[in-house]
Formats: sequence, structure tokens, C-alpha cells
Amino acid sequence: MPRVSFEHITKTYGHLTVLNDLNLAIDDGDFLVLLGPSGCGKTTLLNLLAGLLDVTDGRITIGERDVTDLDPKDRGLAMVFQSYALYPTKTVRGNLRFGLVSSGLPREEIDKRVDWAAKLLQIEPLLDRKPAQLSGGQRQRVAIGRALVKNVGVFLFDEPLSNLDAKLRTEMRLEIKNLHTSLKHTIVYVTHDQIEAMTMATRIAVMNGGVIQQFGTPDEIYETPANLFVAGFIGSPAMNLKRGTLAVSGDRRAVIIGQTRLDVSDYRFEQPPQDGAEVIVGLRPEHFLPPGTTPADAAGQFTVPVRYAERTGPDASAFFEFDGALLALRVEPSLAARLKAGETVTVAFPRGRANLFDARTGQRM
Amino acid sequence: MSDLTIAQKAVGGEIAVRSAPYFPRRRKRITGRSIAILVFLTICALFFAIPLYVVVVTSFKSMAQIREGAMFALPGPWTIEAWDYAWNRACSGINCNGLKVGFWNSVAILIPSLILSISLSMVTGYALALWNVRWAGTFLFLLFICAFVPFQIIMFPLISMTSTLKVYGSVWGVAIVHAVLAMPVLVLIFRNYYKDIPQEIMSAAIMDSGSFWRIFVEIILPMSGNILIVILILQITSIWNDYLIGVTFGGFNGQPMTVNLANLITISTGTVAYNQNMAAALLTAIPPLVIYFLVGKLFVQGITAGAIKG
Repeated sequence: MPRVSFEHITKTYGHLTVLNDLNLAIDDGDFLVLLGPSGCGKTTLLNLLAGLLDVTDGRITIGERDVTDLDPKDRGLAMVFQSYALYPTKTVRGNLRFGLVSSGLPREEIDKRVDWAAKLLQIEPLLDRKPAQLSGGQRQRVAIGRALVKNVGVFLFDEPLSNLDAKLRTEMRLEIKNLHTSLKHTIVYVTHDQIEAMTMATRIAVMNGGVIQQFGTPDEIYETPANLFVAGFIGSPAMNLKRGTLAVSGDRRAVIIGQTRLDVSDYRFEQPPQDGAEVIVGLRPEHFLPPGTTPADAAGQFTVPVRYAERTGPDASAFFEFDGALLALRVEPSLAARLKAGETVTVAFPRGRANLFDARTGQRM
Repeated sequence: MSDLTIAQKAVGGEIAVRSAPYFPRRRKRITGRSIAILVFLTICALFFAIPLYVVVVTSFKSMAQIREGAMFALPGPWTIEAWDYAWNRACSGINCNGLKVGFWNSVAILIPSLILSISLSMVTGYALALWNVRWAGTFLFLLFICAFVPFQIIMFPLISMTSTLKVYGSVWGVAIVHAVLAMPVLVLIFRNYYKDIPQEIMSAAIMDSGSFWRIFVEIILPMSGNILIVILILQITSIWNDYLIGVTFGGFNGQPMTVNLANLITISTGTVAYNQNMAAALLTAIPPLVIYFLVGKLFVQGITAGAIKG
């Protein structure tokens, strides 16, 4: 029995269809991340679940209850907003209490929950301050606390970390992850940051254009992207996507990309491949063997001129010119420093790591 | 070759930056222009200050001294005789109980119409700005139109409506008409003010409570301090200084202070008692001034401070 399910959800604004016949089921205790670029409909989906927007058509259930036509406060949800949305004239304690007082809980229970949440999030010394007297990270904690005290089964997060600086974001990411591990709530989390998605989620739904492109664990999404959009969206630098032609002769299968032949005999095709089919091959930058090493069992070799290399501290990326576009590789920083623009290098790609997509449909083959 | 080098350097920006003229920041000095501005502003200030000075000193003079004609002279013996007369004994029509009658009438008009107009327009503005109200756009447009309808056009219908409601000719009639006429503008002001409250705060409150009145009282009302002060100043001034509505709807017993003042000053028999007139005018003008000073201090900054990012 899924904790939250969306059935045939359609949302339109006038003539604009944002979501069309969308189905999604979230299991109890899951940390689901809705991931996608701006305007993909992920926040709309979250607001539909929260009840802040009305569905045009379809059904939403939480637990056993059909909540499609319930008021937000009756859905058994708590939400953390991108801008924190604290009540400016109330103290931290007042912010935490407001929802509980409104629902008519007894005083002792309210105090107990507020103390519990304050202790958990280490905001006890801040309880009598106003939001204006808090730093960004503290405000975010209060916002999370305001959701926690409601003691509901499902928590919604709408890009909660995007206003924090990089260091604080990493800390809060870990804290939210730890909260999920210890409290085992079901969480629906919206973000456009793939690092957040990959590190926190137990499941990711990648969305684009109002359609769920792929739904799976972070590993599934990363290792076996379902289509070209997911392949290009997840990973930094992005997966190299190159157009080629399939060459099938018996058990030997290869992709011809320009002058280069890439052996894909051990690729698990979903359907028997056709000789001469147009394909797009996806090669992750980090799967390439270090430039210069060309073992005999590599799937293919690329002899390519260096364009430029960039270092990001512990990591480095090198970009080569290939097939009229760039080919990105993750390399050792020490090696990146030695690569000179214009120099020609041979790089090899190992067997069993390539992703193949139908050039026509963009779907995984 | 040299052409190319120059072009390259220019593109590089080095030459352009170094050869750009630069000036040290100028010291602030009194220039001819700032003197001219000062003179102009002083003249403007005097334009208002001199008549005010004359009114104040005249009100403390005796009629004997006024007849001497030295308009700018300080009062010979200072006397509050004129003030006492204006407040306690001045005649408005056949009533000779002074301006204090009108003063208390004005207070009796001001308070109910303030409460009525502000509470109604505040809740309406809150609903229009932060809740999904059907036809909200049309309603706002109608309010906008109403704000531009001159009072004189609807005066007669209002008279017959208030007399049907049995409030015509009393302070209640004046108070209700004030409240009703102020509604369009006040609703628009409150609505625009509440529109600036971040949507996410409202979403959070809807998820926490969902109650229209609880959110209004606990979240929105505490954030309304500044706009309330603005509205208070606006409303107190306009209601206190109003003449036309008071004279139309007040009848004999519900006339506000301004109507009394006008009756007192436009009296056509005997000599003009300048000192009493000046004292009466000042008495009428003082209450809004006091309100300015008291209420203006209450302004606070940043209603949403700390609520959202940044």
C-alpha cells in the first residue's frame, strides 16, 4: 500500500497544460525527490499534494484517504518552504506553536512537542527570538521544526536549501537526511539540484515538461537512464551523447561514430538490435580510462585533440574535440595540468559502460 | 602591424582603463546652486509660517489691540479670553454653547466611522489580496471606479437612504456616510499592502491553520502596523476636516466642529471678532495635528523582517 499516490493527475491553467495524466506512487518511509529543471511541473505537483492548488482532474490519496478535495490542513501534511515563510511577528516558539494551537491540541502536548523539536534541531536557545534575529541556517531549522512538531506522516520540502550558502547547504543536507533516517517519515522533496537528489533520495522522479521521465533509485537513474533527457540531466560534467550507427554481425555489435568503432557486444538490448539503426551513445566522463592507457580489451579508442582542461579542486575535467563537438572526460588533476591545448591524445572507453538510446525516440535501447 | 597591436590592446582594455581620466571625489562645498535651493525652500517655509504666526498671535490678543493694526506684533497682554469664548460661548446659529458642542460631535462621528471603515476595509482587502475570491478582479475594478465618483453626485440618494435607515440628521448618519465613502479607497490601499505579503507565508498559514479569521488575527493583523498608521492619519484628517458631509447629514444636532466653525466665522452681524475666529480655527485644527505627532512616532520598519530569505 503506497503512502501517497497520484492517479491520472491533470493540471491546467486555462489553455496551458502543466501536468497531463501523471501517475506516481510513493511508498511508506520513502524519501522521494522530484528532480527537474525550472518549469518542469515539480513544484506544481508538490502544491497539488499540499492542497495549495486544486487538481483539474485525477485523484490524490494519502494513506487510505482520498484527499483530492480536502483542505490543506486536513491532509495530514507538513511543508517546508523555499523562503522559510516564517511568521515575522511571532517568536520562534510562536511559529512552532501556531499550527498546533490552531488544531486545538492540549497545552501540555504542544509544549512537549515544541521542546522535542527544539532539542532535536538544536534551536532551544532561539525559542524566544523573532525570525529577524536569526541567520539563514537558523531560520531554515525553525522552518523544519515548524513542520516536525505537527507529527504527521508525510513531509513536503519545496527547494528548502536553495537560499543557503554552499557550506550550510551541505550541512543541512546531511541533517535532513539524518532526520529521515531516524524518524522514518515519508518525505517528498522538490529540487533542481542533482547533488541533493543523489545524496538524500531513496527514490528520484526525474521530471521534464510535466512528464515523469524516470522513476527509480538514485543508482538506477544514474547508471541506466531511461532516455536522453535523464542521461543529459544527471551528472556533471554531463554524459557525452554522440550520434552513431549500429553495426550488427551475429554476436558482434558495435557503434560506428564517425571514424571510431565502439564495441557494444555486452550491452543488454531490450529488443534485438537492427543493423544500421541510428543510435545515440552515452559515455559518462568518469568511465573513460586515463588518457594514454589503451588496453587491448577496451571497447573503443578515440584519438582526439585536447581543447582545454579545468580543475575543480579535488577533480578535473578535460575536454577534447571530437566529431565537431566536445568530448568530456574526468581526469586526475595532476594529469589535467599536463594536457596542452592542441595536443592529440588517445583515450579509451571500457567495455560494458556505454548507454545506447534510439536516435528517433530518445528512449533507452 | 601597428594597427593590429593597437586594436588588440584596445580589446584587452588595458590602455583604455589606464588612460581614462579620473578625478578625486570632490569635497562637499556650499555652491551657488545649493544656496539658491536654500533660499527657495526658506521662502516656501515662510509662505506657510507667516500666516500661521499671525493666526496664533492674533488669537491671544484682545480686540482693542487688534484694532491698533500691528498685525505682526506680539500680544500686549497675553489673554486667553478669545479661546475661552470660542470654546464655551461662541454662537453657531441660535446655539451659543461654543465650539465644544461641535468638538464632541466630531469625536462622536470620528470614532464609529474609523472603527467601521477600517475594520471593514481591512478584512475586505485581506480577503481580496490573499484568498481566492471569485470575481475578485471585477470587484476591484468596481471599487476603483467608485473611488472616482464625486460625492455630490450620490448626495441625494445617500440622504434618502440614511433617512430610511433613520440615521439622517444625527452624528450616526454622518459617521456611516463617512465610513461608506471611504471604503473604496481604503480597500484598495489595504489590498495592495497585503498583496506584498509573500505568498509562501500565506501558504504556510493555510497549511497550519486554514482558518480565515485565525490567520487574519494572528498573522496578518500583527503585520499591518504601518499601513494602519497611514490609514489612521488619512482617515482622521479627512473625517475631522470634512465640512460638506457634516453639513448635509448632521441636521441640527449632529453638526461637526467644522460646521460650527464656519457658522461662527460667517456671522454677519456686528464687528468681526478676529481673535475669537483665530482661536476657533486653531481649536478646530489642533486635533489632527496632535494625531500626526502621536501616531507618526509609531512607524516601524520592515514588516516581514526575517520571515523570508534575504
